[in-house]
Amino acid sequence: MATQMRLTVDGKSHVISVDDPDMPLLYALRDELGLSNPHFGCGLAQCGACTVHVNGEATRSCVTPLSAVKGATIVTLAGLGTAEHPHPLQAAYVEEQVPQCGYCVNGWIMTAAALLKSNPHPSDADIRKGLSGLKCRCGTHMAIIRAVKRAASMA
Amino acid sequence: MTHLDLLRTDLTRRGVLKSAGALVVSFSAPAALAQAATAAVAAPKPLDPTQLDSYLAIHRDGSATVFFGKIDGGQGTDVGIAQIVAEELDLPADRVAVILGDTALTLNQGGASGSFGINWGGRTMRKAAAEARQFLLQLAAKRLKVPAETLTVANGVVSVADAPGKKIGYGQLIGGKFFNVPLKWNGKYGIVLDIDSTAPLKKPADYKVVGTSPKRRDVKAKVFAQAATYVTDIRVPGMLHARVIRPPVAGATANSVDASSIDGIPGARVVQKGGYIAVVAEKEWNAIRAAQRLKIDWSQPAPAFADPAKLYDHIRKAPVRKRVVEKQKGSVDDAMPGAVQVVTADYAWPFQSHASMGSACALAEMKDGKMTVWTGTQKPHYAQQGVAALLDIPVERVHAIWVTGPGSYGRNDAGDAALEAAFLAHELGKPVRVQGMRAEGIAWDPKAPASVHHARAGLDASGKIVAYQFESKGFSRLEIESNESHPAYSLIGQQWGLPLKPIDSFGTPDEAYDIPNRLMAWETIAPMLDRASPLRTSHQRDPVGPQIHFASESFIDELALAAKADPVAFRLRHLSGRDAAAVKAAAEKFGWETRVSRRRQQGRCRDRPRHRLCQAARHHRRGRGRGRGRSPQRQGARQALCGCA
Repeated sequence: MATQMRLTVDGKSHVISVDDPDMPLLYALRDELGLSNPHFGCGLAQCGACTVHVNGEATRSCVTPLSAVKGATIVTLAGLGTAEHPHPLQAAYVEEQVPQCGYCVNGWIMTAAALLKSNPHPSDADIRKGLSGLKCRCGTHMAIIRAVKRAASMA
Repeated sequence: MTHLDLLRTDLTRRGVLKSAGALVVSFSAPAALAQAATAAVAAPKPLDPTQLDSYLAIHRDGSATVFFGKIDGGQGTDVGIAQIVAEELDLPADRVAVILGDTALTLNQGGASGSFGINWGGRTMRKAAAEARQFLLQLAAKRLKVPAETLTVANGVVSVADAPGKKIGYGQLIGGKFFNVPLKWNGKYGIVLDIDSTAPLKKPADYKVVGTSPKRRDVKAKVFAQAATYVTDIRVPGMLHARVIRPPVAGATANSVDASSIDGIPGARVVQKGGYIAVVAEKEWNAIRAAQRLKIDWSQPAPAFADPAKLYDHIRKAPVRKRVVEKQKGSVDDAMPGAVQVVTADYAWPFQSHASMGSACALAEMKDGKMTVWTGTQKPHYAQQGVAALLDIPVERVHAIWVTGPGSYGRNDAGDAALEAAFLAHELGKPVRVQGMRAEGIAWDPKAPASVHHARAGLDASGKIVAYQFESKGFSRLEIESNESHPAYSLIGQQWGLPLKPIDSFGTPDEAYDIPNRLMAWETIAPMLDRASPLRTSHQRDPVGPQIHFASESFIDELALAAKADPVAFRLRHLSGRDAAAVKAAAEKFGWETRVSRRRQQGRCRDRPRHRLCQAARHHRRGRGRGRGRSPQRQGARQALCGCA
C-alpha cells in the first residue's frame, strides 16, 4: 500500500509516493525525484558513491531507509554548489581535474565537505582518516587529497 | 553541394527525452557546443568511410564537430582529438566539439581499444581535418578570386596573406553544408580504420594547439552532478527497471520459477527465456525487491571449479588447448649450458574481476521497428552488432549510443547489460533499464584470466643474460571476444544455449631486452565451466599485460639479484635507445637509490613490529621463494605491511 512522504532535498520540498518504507533513500532520490546523483555503487555502504548529507552528516543513502529520514534535510552533490556558485571542493575538483571515470566523485566530495565543516584545516592524516572507507576504482586518490587541501586553503 | 538536413529524427528523440527531464548526452563537449552540433549537423549524415562528411562537419558559426567512433573512459581522449583536429583546421580547440561512440553518427573505429585512441584514431582524424582544410582553402580561393597558395588561416578565418582585409570564415564557406569530398580508405573497420590523404599535414614545429593541456570536458558535469552524465542516469518515459537473476552456484540452472513469490510487489513480473531470468517493475526498488524475493528451484550441479587453493595446480596440470611460440631468437637450449648461473622462477596470477565502480547498466527502447541502446560499453559499434544478432534484426535497425559507464576497465560487464536490456525491451515492448547489483559486477563480469608463468634464464660471467625462456600457461584472454559483437560472447546468449565461439589467445612480455637467445611462448587451457561461467575470461585493461609483466619484470629483478647488480643498472645493460631512456627517466623521477636487491631494505623501515612480518615474508621469498613462486597477493600484502620495499 503506497504512502505519501515529504522529503526536503537541496532546499526543495517534495511529496513522494512510497510502496515500501524500508526503501533506501537512494531510490527515492534517483527514481522518484529524478536526480542524477547520488550513484549506486554497491548498495552495501561499502563504497560511498551514494553519499548525501542528512541534517549535515555524510550518510550512505543506499542503506538508509526512508523511514529513518522523516523530516530530515537532505543535501546532494547538486545542492552543495553549482557551476556558478561552486562549493570550494567542487571548484578544487575542477582545478585539479580529479576524476577519471568520476562515478565515485559524489561520495568523496560529500564526505570531504562534511569533514571540512568539522575540521576546516585538516592534516594529510586527517584527510586520509576522514575519507577512509570510500572507494575510487580509477586510483585518483592522490588527486583527491590535493583537491581537499586546495579546498581547505580556499575556505 | 547538398544542404544538411537537420537531425530531424534525432532532434525529436532528444526533444522527447528533454521533456521527460533527462537529456541524452551522446556528446562529450560543453553544452553550447553540443547544442550547436545538434542544431547544425545532420543524421542522415553519411556513415561512409569514403566521405569526408563522415568524420567532421563545419557549422554556420565556423565551429566544427568531429564524429569519432571511439569512446572516452575518463582519459580525455576527446580533448586530444579536438586538439588534433583544431590544429589542422587552424581553429581554437574549444571550437571543436567531439561526438563519441554513437553508431548513427560515427564510423566503427573500434571503440576504446589497446590505447589506440590517439595513436591511430588521432591519425585518421588528423588526415580528415587536413583534407577539410585543403578543401576550404580551395573554396576560399574561388570566393576571394586569388590562388589558394596566397591564403592563410587563423581561428577559422581564411585571409589573403598580402591583403588581410580580403577574408572569409569557414562558416561562410561551408557552414551547415556537406563537403561531399570523397576519400580513399583502407577498407577496414575497427581500430585499424584509416584514410589516405594527399592534403599537407601541419609540421609539429608549427603546432599551437597540440602540446597544450586544455582541461577535460566532462569533469564539470561530473562534479556539479549535471543531468544524464552517466548511462545510469538516462531515463525515458515509460521505462521499466530490470534486475537479472544469476544462478547461486556456477552452472546451476532453474528447474522452476515460482512467479507467485513476487505477487505482492507492485508491477513486478518475471521474464524468462532459455536459461535467462530477469524481473522487471516500474519502480527500481520494486525490481530489486522482486529479484531478492523470487523463489527459484535451482539445479545442483557438481562443483565446476577447482578448489581456489589448488587453482594453479589445476592450470599446471590441465591439457594444453593451444601452444604458440610467439618470439624466438637463437637457441635457448644451446646457449643455456654455457651460462655461469641459471635462475628459474615460477609466478602465479589469480582471476581478476573488473570490479567497476558500479555494476553495468544499459537502457534499451524499441520504437518504430528500431532498437536504441544506451550503453557504457567501450565498443558501441560491436554492441550494435551483438544486439542485432541477438534479436535477429538488421544491424541498421539498431542504434547504440555510448554514454559514460560506471567505470571502464576493458571488457567488463557493460556488453552483457547492453544485450540484456535490448532483449527485455524487445520482449516487453517497453523501454527497459538494466543495472547490476554489486554481486553481479564482481561475481559475474568477464574475468581477466588466471595464469602461471615459468621463467628460466642463464647469466654469463659479466652478468648479462645469454639465454631466456618465458612461458605462460592459463585460461584464454579471448574465451569470450574482446567485444560483444555476437550473442555467444554474452551471458544471455550462452544461457540461451547458442554455440560457443572461444578463441585461444594469451601473450608474451612486451619488453625490449637485448638477449641473444630467447624463447617466449604461451599455452591456453579449457575453461573449468565452458558456458555461462562467472569465470569466463576476456581482457582487462592492458590485456594480459599485468600478469605477464608482473612475472617477467619480477624475474628480471631476480636475475639482477643473482648478478649482484642494481636492478636499474641491470636492465640498462640489456636496453638501448628509447627503452633505456624510459627506464632512466622512471628511475630518476622515482628517486631510485642504486643498490643490489639484497640490501635494499636494510635500516630503512621504522615500523618495527610490522617490519618483522615483512622480513618473514622476505625470508620466505628469498630463501624458499626463489624458484618456488611469488604471488601478487603476497607482494601486495608485503607492501601494505610497512612499505619498506
